[in-house]
Order: sequence, then structure tokens, then C-alpha cells
Amino acid sequence: MVKEIEKAGFTVVQMANLIPVAKTVGANRMVPTISIPYPLGDPSTSKEEQWELRYHRVGVALDALTTEIEEQKVFDVEI
Amino acid sequence: MKKAVVYLNQFFGQIGGEDVADHAPEIREEKVGAAMLYDQLLDAEVTHTVICGDNFMGSNTEEAVEIILDFLKDVDFDIFFAGPAFQAGRYGMACGEIGKAVKEEFDVPVISSMNIENPGVEVFKKDIYIFPGGHSAAKMRDDVKKITDFGNKILNGEKLLPAEEEGYYKRGIRHQYFLEDETPAYERAIDMLLKKINGEEFESELPIPELDLVEIAPAIEDLSETTIALVTSGGIVPVDNPDKIQSASATRWGKYDISGMDRLENRDSNNFKTIHAGYDPAAADADPNVVVPVDAMRKYEEEGRIGKLHDYFYSTVGTGTTQKEAARMGKEIAQELQDANVQAVILTST
Repeated sequence: MVKEIEKAGFTVVQMANLIPVAKTVGANRMVPTISIPYPLGDPSTSKEEQWELRYHRVGVALDALTTEIEEQKVFDVEI
Repeated sequence: MKKAVVYLNQFFGQIGGEDVADHAPEIREEKVGAAMLYDQLLDAEVTHTVICGDNFMGSNTEEAVEIILDFLKDVDFDIFFAGPAFQAGRYGMACGEIGKAVKEEFDVPVISSMNIENPGVEVFKKDIYIFPGGHSAAKMRDDVKKITDFGNKILNGEKLLPAEEEGYYKRGIRHQYFLEDETPAYERAIDMLLKKINGEEFESELPIPELDLVEIAPAIEDLSETTIALVTSGGIVPVDNPDKIQSASATRWGKYDISGMDRLENRDSNNFKTIHAGYDPAAADADPNVVVPVDAMRKYEEEGRIGKLHDYFYSTVGTGTTQKEAARMGKEIAQELQDANVQAVILTST
């Protein structure tokens, strides 16, 4: 899906836990998430922590959209 | 008697389903679940079964591999099997990760089985032997038979043939090899050239692997002028699943209005839930924003960092879904996005 969307000319960032799969499929901009069943907020942590993590990682995804890249790139996250 | 070790996920290792997909690695000095079938078919004894939850391996790969290699360092074994993983993507990736690590650390043959649609094939076929397998556990017996037959050939020191003849996915490794009819290279090259000149079909002896990458879209210059859409393969839908998107092997997708919503409200309040059958739905049902981050996008919209969050998000289910169907759905969604004047996309996958 990510490839077809990019082929159509959209700047797209994929947020995924299985980065090796995203790479093999051919995503160009990638941001890691924390797990498969809860990509952007671990339910064993507080609501505030989940929110901070999600706000941060979506922010990294937005940075990715504004970054020129020459090849496939996984963007670093801090939390 | 030679010895074998088998790697299984939480399901085939009889720990449980998605609710225990976080199960940490363990090793048992016995044959668990599918390991019994291996034991019957192999010219070796299966002495140990390693079991690890797919999510544990997916999310903590390094830690999981380290734990398992540590388990194995005092185990004496001649061959290692992982799976079969069928069309289960996470399981296939797990079999590949651990298989590759075991091969590197202990230098024993490692064999697995996966359906052609399993992402593990593309990622790991160069590292370990992977045989084509069925879609689901209904093919367990056939798939295990195939890989144990090949395992027995290795254990018994029989001559191994190229990938096409043995039946595993090509690893792209070149071997020196003498043809039975001993046709020398120059004759084969001339034959091939003549075929090419005459416009006939010919088969190269040095196939170049195809890389199918998409041209990188340019960076967005000014996010504050940009409309961004959320797309997901995580199966988030209104609780009544109005488009009847399938829980696995999806062929349908839906678009759902989020205009005026600060966040996605959850299943208990009768709003959004996940129908994805490939992961434990508890967290996504309790808070769908962990899969489709509407709340965070609204905050960035309010702060003026992005122009607008598109009024709809797009959703399908990415488990067991074939690449062909995913590509078609991707195209259809892209068309919608074009019609709606969206400029950028965040796609979340589970």
C-alpha cells in the first residue's frame, strides 16, 4: 500500500514495528513504533506516558515528511 | 543418532494465542506440539523445542535472539528447524531472525517453510533454506515432510542439488557445478546469444535479482500548508464494521469520517475498534489512537504545525493480505487521496 501511495506522488511515511518488513516491501521513509498490537502507546504505562510517546513519534513522522532523502531511511525516535 | 532443535511460536508451541504473543523465549528438553511430527519424520532425534511469542521476537528481536542463543550454547545439535510459518508474517520473520542467528553462531544447517506471500521469504531466503509452504496449518504435515526430507538428505550426507531442483527459494548463492551433459560454457553462451538474436526465449545462468523500489517522493516544504491523511493496515473501523472488511486476507478497505473528532473514541463507547485478526485487539479496542493517532494529529493541527488533518482516515487489514490485493487497495486509496487534494500520508501498520 505504501508503495502505491508513493507511486501516485504522495510524500508518505510508514510507522511500523517490523521495520525490516517495511524496508523489504519498499517503504522509503520509516518511523519505528513500539509494538504490533499497540504501535503508539503501551497500555501498561500511564495515559500521560502513552500520549507523550505518541505525540513524539507522530512528530518524528512529520519531520520525516519534510526531510529530503536519497535512499530508504529509518528516522530515529527518542521515546 | 543425530540431534535436531525445533523453533515454534507461542501458538504451535501450545502456550496460547494472540493474548500470549508477548511470551518470552523458553527452551524445553522435550518435543512440544509440531516438534513431535519432526521427530517422527527425521533421521534424527528432536531433543529440544524453543518457543517464543511472535510479538516478543518482533518487538525485542535482539534480546530474544540473545536469550535463545544463550539457551543453545550448551545444547549439542546437528540441524535446526523453524516453523513452518505458513502465511503468518510475524512468525515468518521470527523464524528468519532466529534461523539466521543460529546459522551464524553454530554453523548448522537451518531449514524453514513459509508461504510465498510471507514477508520472511524475501528478507531471509538468502540466509537460510526456506521451502515454499501452504497458507495455513492445514498444510502442516505436507510442509514439515518437505523440509524434513531435505533435512534428512543433509544429515545423511547426500549430494545437494541447486535450489530449483531441491525446491527451496533461491538464495542467490553461486556454486561451481558441472552439467551432466558437460556442455561447455562457450557453447551455452553462443546458444543463448543465438536465441536472443532470433528473439527466442532463453534462460540466463546469472539472473540479476530485481529490486522493486519506488521513486522517493520529494519532501514537503511547508507542513503548515499541507493536508495530511492517516491510512492504516491495523483494521480500525467503526464498531459495526460498515464495509465488512475481512479480519484476515482482506480485499476491502473503508474510509471513515473524523471531521470534528478530537480523538478516536473506543469500543466501549460504541465508536471505533479493530477487526484485525492478526494481533491481540485489547489495546486498540481500549484506545484506537494507539493505531490511528488522530489525537496527536489534532494537537499538531491546533499548534499550526500541519495545515489540516484530512477529514477521513482509510483502513484495511494487513494480515494474510496478498501483495496483489494490498497493491490494488493502495492504488484505490491513492486515487481517493488525489481527488481529495491530500498532499501527504502517514501510514501506520501493525
